[in-house]
Amino acid sequence: MSASDQAPTAALLQVQNLQVQFATNDGPVYAVNGLSFAMQRGETLGIVGESGSGKSQTALAIMGLLARNGRATGSIDYQGRNLLALSEQELNTVRGSQIAMAFQDPMTALNPYLTVERQMTETLQLHKGMDRKAARASAIRMLDAVKIPAAASRIGMYPHEFSGGMRQRVMLAMALMCEPAILLADEPTTALDVTVQAQVLALLGDLQKDMGIAILLITHDLGVIAGLCDQVLVMYGGRVMEQGSAAHIFHHASHPYTRGLLGAIARIDGQGGPLLPIPGSPPQMAQLPSGCPFAPRCAWADGLCDSQVPALQDIAQAQSEQALRYPARRACHRPVELLNLSPGEEGAHV
Amino acid sequence: MPYLIPKSVTEIAPAARSPWLDARQRFVRNRAALVSLVILMLIALTCLVGPWLSPHAYDDTDWNLMGIGPTWDHWHLFGTDELGRDLLVRTLIGGRISLTVGVLATLVSVSLGVAWGAVAGFVGGKVDAFMMRIVDILYAIPYLLIAIMMVTILGRDFYLVVLTISAFSWMDMARVVRGQTLSIKSKEYIEAARAIGVPTRRIIFSHVVPNLLGIVVIYTSITVPGVILTESVLSFLGLGVQEPMTSWGVLIHDGANVMESSPWMIWFPGAALTLTLYCANFLGDGMRDALDPKTR
Repeated sequence: MSASDQAPTAALLQVQNLQVQFATNDGPVYAVNGLSFAMQRGETLGIVGESGSGKSQTALAIMGLLARNGRATGSIDYQGRNLLALSEQELNTVRGSQIAMAFQDPMTALNPYLTVERQMTETLQLHKGMDRKAARASAIRMLDAVKIPAAASRIGMYPHEFSGGMRQRVMLAMALMCEPAILLADEPTTALDVTVQAQVLALLGDLQKDMGIAILLITHDLGVIAGLCDQVLVMYGGRVMEQGSAAHIFHHASHPYTRGLLGAIARIDGQGGPLLPIPGSPPQMAQLPSGCPFAPRCAWADGLCDSQVPALQDIAQAQSEQALRYPARRACHRPVELLNLSPGEEGAHV
Repeated sequence: MPYLIPKSVTEIAPAARSPWLDARQRFVRNRAALVSLVILMLIALTCLVGPWLSPHAYDDTDWNLMGIGPTWDHWHLFGTDELGRDLLVRTLIGGRISLTVGVLATLVSVSLGVAWGAVAGFVGGKVDAFMMRIVDILYAIPYLLIAIMMVTILGRDFYLVVLTISAFSWMDMARVVRGQTLSIKSKEYIEAARAIGVPTRRIIFSHVVPNLLGIVVIYTSITVPGVILTESVLSFLGLGVQEPMTSWGVLIHDGANVMESSPWMIWFPGAALTLTLYCANFLGDGMRDALDPKTR
């Protein structure tokens, strides 16, 4: 792309030191604290974390859709333009046409009083100046692509006439109408039942292969991440706890929080023993701990963890192509070796 | 992972059903509302056409038949008043006035209320606070007092009545529309529209307004009987249209004065008003059930 000469790595989307704050009656709430990542064309980046870890706000900040009392600082570079510095009008030329978003709940993200056709063709009319007929034809093609049966006759129907899974597919189709370079998918399968989830995820994978879009997948479901992502960020308290290739996260997780998440997944083959929930609950974002946000729930935490925020540092890992493309980093004061002992042996308090 | 869809499924292509079509079907199934609609239309039609078919004019006095009860004689089916004017024609003419006031005042108050409420809701913040305080202030003013003042100063006039009623009946609509706008504004589909780059003005007109229409229709149908009743109250207090022009409220007022000697003079206009209000209210209920089935 023409404007990519600023970034030597030619990342499609480069987020640097993103901070999102909300002014509330109870004082400022820090939703995202110094998040940095880069996405290449055609790859999938997964962001995992519990509710309130800042993953959705990251996506909304990229789209310029933060609530009125929210403020984002840092930089979000898309092809050499800082999205945070754009006016609403300039942003409207990027949103939908180059960066699109699929929302979490297909039941509420479609306007009940407008036909699917009107909602789908709107983006084409706005960004490409297509007339109704051409827009309708390409909307039908897109519905076909997301495997809506009898698309030509269904396109005139209203959202309530579609099932949940079909609506989610309509939403994906809507987001992809202008063939964006990036799709932000905010928990696209949370509101669906498991079989439909699998269908929608498979569809996402297929579409990515066909269209070469980059996907930012936000989820709290590690299973979804495992199936789809190249690179994974694990977020907690608005910070990255650990990042790396999907293989790294699943096989060599070295952060207590990532391990906690993995320990809390049920396995269908019955291996892995009883589920180990992470004790406690996510922190209040208005009163984050002064040290590591995870420290109050961490079995290995000590005085240092309570007082100092750990920096995100590279982890030594076996040489491989994956490891080179997605270097593993983690933010933790405890050396990896110590984590392999149980907390008691090391003498830390719980 | 491809998944197979049986042919039979792909061929099912039911016709699109808009929420409006669903609402119409629910309305048609509601007997009471449907009958009310028919009766209202009949009343309106009779008021419109009836006076032309009658041999009497509303201000003709029949010197030979003053203050008589209902009779076939000279087609005084509703009787005459103490000046010998045919009560049937006067009831129909009064109906014209009452219904016209109802429709006009409702139009004015709905337009004002929707615009006010929508702007307050969309813009929000200080503008919203300021606009809604004005509504609160208007609520606190006793409208009869203002009506009496206006009529005293400006005289009795049809348009003045419409204006007075409109000025004090739009606040409910403004509040309801504002509330609805606030809730629609925070819906995910509005966010989704912003996410595909739709400009604000287009969001308002093509995404928010269609969602407001349901509640506006419901409130309009509730406003009509309220406005007609208000007109009657004003007329009953002698603040309505000028004699010999009349309205149901005026006729009821006149009838009430001679209730003991000529009771028919209050029966007929009273019955017409009551029937109209009942039907309008049933119609409003039917609209609400049809457009907002979850509130049942």
